[in-house]
Amino acid sequence: MIQLGLFYIAATITIASSLLAITRHNASHALIYLIVSLLGSAIVFYVLGAPFAAVLEVLIYAGAIMVLFVFVIMMLNLGAAGVKNEQQWLKPRTWVIPSLLCLALLAEIIYLLSSSNQALSGVVIGPKAVGIELFGPYVLAVEIASMLLLAGLVGAYHLGRRYLIDMRGESI
Amino acid sequence: MEELTIFLVIYGTLLGAFAVAAVLVWFERRLLGFWQDRLGPNRVGPFGIGLALADVIKLLAKEDWIPPFADRLVFILAPTAVVITMLLGFAVVPYTEHLFIADLNIGLLFFLGMTSLAVYSVLLGGLGSHNKYALLGGLRAAAQMVSYEVFMGLSLMGVVMITGSFSLVDIVNTQAENGWFVISQFFGFIVFLVAGIAESHRLPFDLPEAEHELIAGFHTEYSGMKFGLFMLGEYLSLILISSMITTIFFGGWLGPSFLPDAVLDFVPHIFWFFAKTGTCICFFILLRAAIPRPRYDQLMSFGWKILLPLTLVNLLITGAVLLWL
Repeated sequence: MIQLGLFYIAATITIASSLLAITRHNASHALIYLIVSLLGSAIVFYVLGAPFAAVLEVLIYAGAIMVLFVFVIMMLNLGAAGVKNEQQWLKPRTWVIPSLLCLALLAEIIYLLSSSNQALSGVVIGPKAVGIELFGPYVLAVEIASMLLLAGLVGAYHLGRRYLIDMRGESI
Repeated sequence: MEELTIFLVIYGTLLGAFAVAAVLVWFERRLLGFWQDRLGPNRVGPFGIGLALADVIKLLAKEDWIPPFADRLVFILAPTAVVITMLLGFAVVPYTEHLFIADLNIGLLFFLGMTSLAVYSVLLGGLGSHNKYALLGGLRAAAQMVSYEVFMGLSLMGVVMITGSFSLVDIVNTQAENGWFVISQFFGFIVFLVAGIAESHRLPFDLPEAEHELIAGFHTEYSGMKFGLFMLGEYLSLILISSMITTIFFGGWLGPSFLPDAVLDFVPHIFWFFAKTGTCICFFILLRAAIPRPRYDQLMSFGWKILLPLTLVNLLITGAVLLWL
């Protein structure tokens, strides 16, 4: 019963803060709401019996990726001019088609959820079980993801290196 | 009974952490004075211990000023983040085998998650102040803490591999059988120690607030109790990191095994935990007194070029030993 209450509170906060994240004109405020929404979804994961996914949500999404987002926002130093720009770009007219598309998806999800009889079992899946699955049947996906990251790393190194040589005034 | 104990532990942790943080303000300056061959604060009360109280009263009574150019929401939110996350981090610290708030099967990850959320305090403080020094401090903090988080997590993975669990109680129980991890995971310990200082951005790694170049860095615009919260958060993270080092690498509540059994039976377990944590805190203060602040690029290249390879080699060797021995 308490779990159900926790779930509904966390889910409501997640949805509300996601909506706020989309509609805020000030980029830094939008980011804060996005962080809150990620934390909310972490609690939803935890209540549904996936503590490992929950803590990864906090550690990786809220704790690392969003920090980089805030980092970029700080570098851009948007301020009042940025808010004005956002207000010009986000006219009410812009919302119509995305909202309609989202409504269609929402209807599909509700239909799918109500037609299937499978309720979530609420079985707790610990970190060990996740690890065994990841490096057992899904090892190919892990390897592909690591190759993707390696490609990103090499690309970032390349960009950074060229910049450094330019700064020293040498030819590339 | 069970619930009552948990309530007592929660409130004990809360009040204890606040009290220790307040006393640390005095204790740190006193120790620094001792190590730098001067007196330090010794006027208020016996040995100057009244300074802790005087400092708290001063912070509470000061004018709490929000600059008109600041972003109010971000500015007010920033100092709360570090205090809340650090206090939440104490939830997984086991004081003895029976005395803890929660023994999560993701305990270690929970601690890492909370330290990584504490970054927001510095980051949002720098962003919300609309001040160029604060912004520079916040930028440095973001880069420093995100990088050192990586080594902090990786340095603990050797311990997790040996234990086979993220639960901190299990980690200490494994140390009862295998000896303290500071011996078998020495490089992990070194990296965790350095990353711990960088994460709590204390001297010598306090570049986000380096006063000789950035005034006070991310908290330049803060005054009164909002600044007090930043300071409280710093001391809380110092205590949390120290108790984590004790738990993970120095056997938590276990007494040193070279002592005779009679002594080990006689001394309560909680004494060992607090004694080791206290020693660790003193060591952090000694580091502050002894080591000068590195340059920012030195800090980053030290992290990525020395600590990262060190943790990876440590992981490789630990894995090989576990597989083949």
